[in-house]
Amino acid sequence: MAKLNMVKALNLALLEEMERDPDIVIIGEDVGVDGGVFRVTEGLHRHFGGRRVIDSPLAEAAIIGASVGMALYGLKPVSEIQFSGFAFQCFHQIENHAARYRQRSQGRFHCPMVLRMPYGGGVRALEHHSESEEQFYAHIPGLKMVIPSGPRTARALLVASLRDPDPVVFFEHKALYHASKEEVPDETEMMPIGRAQVVQEGSGLTLIAYGAMLRVALEVAETLQAEDGVGPEVLDLLTISPLDREALTASVAKTGRAVIVHEAPQSFGPGAEIATSIMEGAFLQLQAPIRRVTAYDVPFPGFAREKANVPDVARVLDAARETLAY
Amino acid sequence: MPRTLIEPQFPIERLSILDSDGNLDAALEPKLSPEDLKRLYRAMVLGRRLDERMLRLQRQGRIGTFAPIKGQEASQIGTAFTLEARDWMVPSFRETAAMLWRGWPIESILAFYAGRLEGGRPGPTQRDLPVTIPVGTQLPHAVGIAYGIQYREEDAVVMVYFGDGATSEGDFHEAANFAGVWHGPVVFVCQNNQWAISVPLKKQTNSRTIAQKASAYGFPGIQVDGNDVLAVYVASREAVDRARAGDGPTLIECVTYRLAMHTTADDPTKYRAEEEVKAWEQKDPLTRFRAYLERKGLLDASVEDAADEEIAHGVERFEALPAADPLGMFDHAYAELPAHAAAQRAEVAARLQASRGTGGVDPPEPPSPPMRGQRTTSRWTA
Repeated sequence: MAKLNMVKALNLALLEEMERDPDIVIIGEDVGVDGGVFRVTEGLHRHFGGRRVIDSPLAEAAIIGASVGMALYGLKPVSEIQFSGFAFQCFHQIENHAARYRQRSQGRFHCPMVLRMPYGGGVRALEHHSESEEQFYAHIPGLKMVIPSGPRTARALLVASLRDPDPVVFFEHKALYHASKEEVPDETEMMPIGRAQVVQEGSGLTLIAYGAMLRVALEVAETLQAEDGVGPEVLDLLTISPLDREALTASVAKTGRAVIVHEAPQSFGPGAEIATSIMEGAFLQLQAPIRRVTAYDVPFPGFAREKANVPDVARVLDAARETLAY
Repeated sequence: MPRTLIEPQFPIERLSILDSDGNLDAALEPKLSPEDLKRLYRAMVLGRRLDERMLRLQRQGRIGTFAPIKGQEASQIGTAFTLEARDWMVPSFRETAAMLWRGWPIESILAFYAGRLEGGRPGPTQRDLPVTIPVGTQLPHAVGIAYGIQYREEDAVVMVYFGDGATSEGDFHEAANFAGVWHGPVVFVCQNNQWAISVPLKKQTNSRTIAQKASAYGFPGIQVDGNDVLAVYVASREAVDRARAGDGPTLIECVTYRLAMHTTADDPTKYRAEEEVKAWEQKDPLTRFRAYLERKGLLDASVEDAADEEIAHGVERFEALPAADPLGMFDHAYAELPAHAAAQRAEVAARLQASRGTGGVDPPEPPSPPMRGQRTTSRWTA
């Protein structure tokens, strides 16, 4: 066991998997000599050389497009987009091709690749450096969409993504990179894609979150326990698509109430799909309307206003108390 | 400090060996065996005849929208002919002749244009990607495949096809740039057929040639008479050999002409003059090559009939395909269907079962997907 932050945990997953599988290559902007702008690929260029850790020209569409070609050929690219806000320049390669090659070629070719992207707000960054766009990827059939919430889940889910036969969009929250350290097992650990995790068992209410919002949900749960005598259940989604509808239904069938927290804007966001899934699976057990606490339906504002936009403990706590009092 | 010329002029060659009047530049004539010359001709004829047959099938509603290749047979066969089975071919959507050469069965091509996913499946060892429709987006794939070839130090090259319109897309420039930087074994084949649907080349680029665009990315570009199969063959042979030797990419601009419509859904008389089409019909790649073979005593009178027979068998096999099973849409969406999609599949299966149980008819096949430029409004405005 070693205590690692999320950057080191992701780096460990890449190092171990690249040692195990010679077909894994890393490609992106500044991922080689520089070790990535967030240092996730630090040391890998030195260890594996420039053939496997590729400092590519600055062009998102060709990074993903070439990665698609590499994957069709038989390699396993880990393709880094420096910030998720820049992925619109390769969105067509993801939707038109990465997600579809298995079907288009009727199984003759497939696109096993991991598209790593830092996402999320709260880091006082310029425009296009703070958005949460998981809903776009979660909506595309043929893709998987994974978001870890800390060092241990980051490592275990990245290993799983690297071993997955289908393309996985892997979001890493920038505010989590250095936020905390966690015990990470010495042996390679893998968590299944498509499974949510109950991080705190409870009753009366289910708080549903992922990525950096998990910390917010846990803090709300702690406050509710201390001040209201309610011990809510906290569910960490971990995979946005395919959504773990079973876990959502099981938890809310037990607690009767749900508050969903995410950083993506509300309308047509993941919360809508989560809420509908709960309604379909646990309608008769619901004691209150399902609440969503999300970013607002405006373009992400400059960082002087981001605190008002990204869900915080106070907003989630209010929603939780209103739900409990309904 | 003075201004200094730091780059000399980039020379761009144009290669032509057999012109439309039948004049041959004997010094440049490739040393192809009689058998190879006959094979080239057979492949071009097969491409032309299938194209004509597909147009009739489309007009009869037996297949959906497709992009005719008429006039571009030499560009396609002259290039594809230089590939080995271990090489990769990355088509766009107007490479039917090249696809036939690479072994795609006629019934697969027809099935694809009849909206059948099955038609896009390459053979188990075939190193061909299926048709790519979004313009220019397949070019980075070719560069990635070439990287894989370099990575595994394999003896193979990649040939990627696109049109003149695609050279305006960012993906063309990004792919060319990556290929130049990585020095990969890629042959970029631009079928410059003068028209991107209704937009002529002069509105597409202010460059004098498309070939010269390679210069900016640090690799050679050459313009060839794309209706002269000998010139296309020579340029392609050089490019493939260069790629195979580890000397990097080449851009070949085949100057040709789309004698028919962009797709069966448009009407080219709206945007181009009949005289222009007639002038290009005089430069038909088949006419001059047929005359060349005749002079050599290599023309086999049965080629056309043999092609038609092959096509007839292909059409028969296509028409004998069982109806598309709606459940097939769930196949190959993922390696393993996620639970919610599996539930949706079960729902479709149950509905099918119920309709069969009551003697109902199968739901109609979905219409084939419209392609870029399809004028779906014409039926309302007509």
